[in-house]
Amino acid sequence: MTKLKWLLLPLALTLVMAIALIGCNGNSDTTSPTTEPGLSGEITEAGSTTVQPVAESLAAAFMAKYPDVNVVIQGGGSSTGVKSAAEGTVDIGAASRELKPNEEGTVVPHVLARDGIAIVAHPTQTVSNLTKDQVREIFAGEITNWSQVGGANETINVVAREEGSGTRAAFEEMVMGEDALITAMAILQPSNGAVRTTVAGDPNAIGFLSFGYLDSSTRAMSIDGVAATVDNAQNGTYPIVRPLLFLTRSEPTGLVKEFIDFCLGPEGQAIVAVDYIPVN
Amino acid sequence: MTRYFTDRLARYVVFISATVSFIILLAIAIFVFIDGLPAFKEIGVFEFLFGTVWRPGQGQYGILTMIVGSIVVTVGSLLLAIPLGIACAILLAEVAPFRVRQFLRPAVELLVGIPSVVYGLVGLVLLVPAVRQLGGNGFSVLAAAIVLMAMVLPTIISISEDSLRAVPQSYREGALALGATRWQMISRVLLPAARSGIGASIVLGMGRAVGETMAMIMVIGNSIVFPTSPLSPARTLTGNIAVEINYATGVHESALFATGIVLFIFILLLNSIAVIVFKRGASAQNLT
Repeated sequence: MTKLKWLLLPLALTLVMAIALIGCNGNSDTTSPTTEPGLSGEITEAGSTTVQPVAESLAAAFMAKYPDVNVVIQGGGSSTGVKSAAEGTVDIGAASRELKPNEEGTVVPHVLARDGIAIVAHPTQTVSNLTKDQVREIFAGEITNWSQVGGANETINVVAREEGSGTRAAFEEMVMGEDALITAMAILQPSNGAVRTTVAGDPNAIGFLSFGYLDSSTRAMSIDGVAATVDNAQNGTYPIVRPLLFLTRSEPTGLVKEFIDFCLGPEGQAIVAVDYIPVN
Repeated sequence: MTRYFTDRLARYVVFISATVSFIILLAIAIFVFIDGLPAFKEIGVFEFLFGTVWRPGQGQYGILTMIVGSIVVTVGSLLLAIPLGIACAILLAEVAPFRVRQFLRPAVELLVGIPSVVYGLVGLVLLVPAVRQLGGNGFSVLAAAIVLMAMVLPTIISISEDSLRAVPQSYREGALALGATRWQMISRVLLPAARSGIGASIVLGMGRAVGETMAMIMVIGNSIVFPTSPLSPARTLTGNIAVEINYATGVHESALFATGIVLFIFILLLNSIAVIVFKRGASAQNLT
């Protein structure tokens, strides 16, 4: 008897919970506002993790305006963003780099914002300015000591992102160019946050970060004498700037068009401007 | 009637449970192989296993540095963990008074429950800067081996302790009666008698060391180089998958699954070798 009770108890609990869940569902169905005029439906977005936070803010603002719309935001990385938009598995893909030649034509790009990539070092680093060529040579492993760029006699510890990352792809395209490769000795971290933590903890480190991740724990280098600020990126003097893209399979229509127009319009661009450089 | 029914029911339930766990293993193996085999075809088995350059952007996929990385880190962590673990097991089983044991044993067991990302975080914040004082940038094989040691220790300690305790009391009495000191009894009688259990604990620990990922990628640097010294960064097979799978597509993604296949075979090989070695050890022990 007691053994039977032990078996029955979890069963009974499960049953109660199931009924409660069904009850909840029924309730919310009847109380949700269905009379509100305007847009309704669901939009899915996936791709770049750099775009993800701003896309989530945009989605939240859009859903606040049109309560019957559900915008689902997922990560996955720039390459996934391009691929899923081209295949039509999501309504909108996101990429934080220019399209590669083999991706051109498979999707329609919409420039949502621009993002600078800052070259960061430890806050105590005495070197505060590098030329773009010096940055390339440091990351290629040709310059290995801070004294070669006017700093203390310490080894430079290069920190970079892993293969496939949009930030790395954008950095390689804009700084490393065709021939130079990031040195094999580089410490590779799998996210912007991990790169920041690593650089913040090592007085001799150098890394690259999206502008959205800059804070007082690291110091951004001036490049060719231009400080890494949103203003300088906007007026075109800061040299390492990449586009943040929304991608659709074809010219957007209906709900998807409404959402993209909202993001590129004044309300959306105001949200974008918090961390990135607005385009409109 | 009911009794036979319960019997039959219980038999089906345990049978189904066993089948499910086997099917899960089989499904994982099939899935990893299906997704990974195209990479072998595309890249070539030899180039994949013995290539030393991993640059998916340039279409170069060689994982030899990571195979070496996995071996070096695993061996390093075991070199640290085996002496410590066996010493701690001896303390718990033979030396420590009841009260000390009562406190120590749960503490050791609690180590197992700490999520691996927490080990990684502690390693990142404490160990990496400490290792940096020795040279290099801190992200290193040494830091990874120390973190892994902490994660492997509880396995080695608790199984070794159990097998030491399982040695019949008469062995101890016999050794002491022959005039052996306590240390002679432990080192010449108990440890050899518990050999297969201690061996099993090391094999299990090794399995955990090879498979551990999260804590590892936080402290090892993930650079694609051969580790030339304990202070050099490295990348392991598991780390390769975890670091790059987020953004991988096409051949790159398939190559990561192929890394999984290599890891699968790697662990299978390690376990078989260990089983054979310890079986031989155990049977030799029975003969003498």
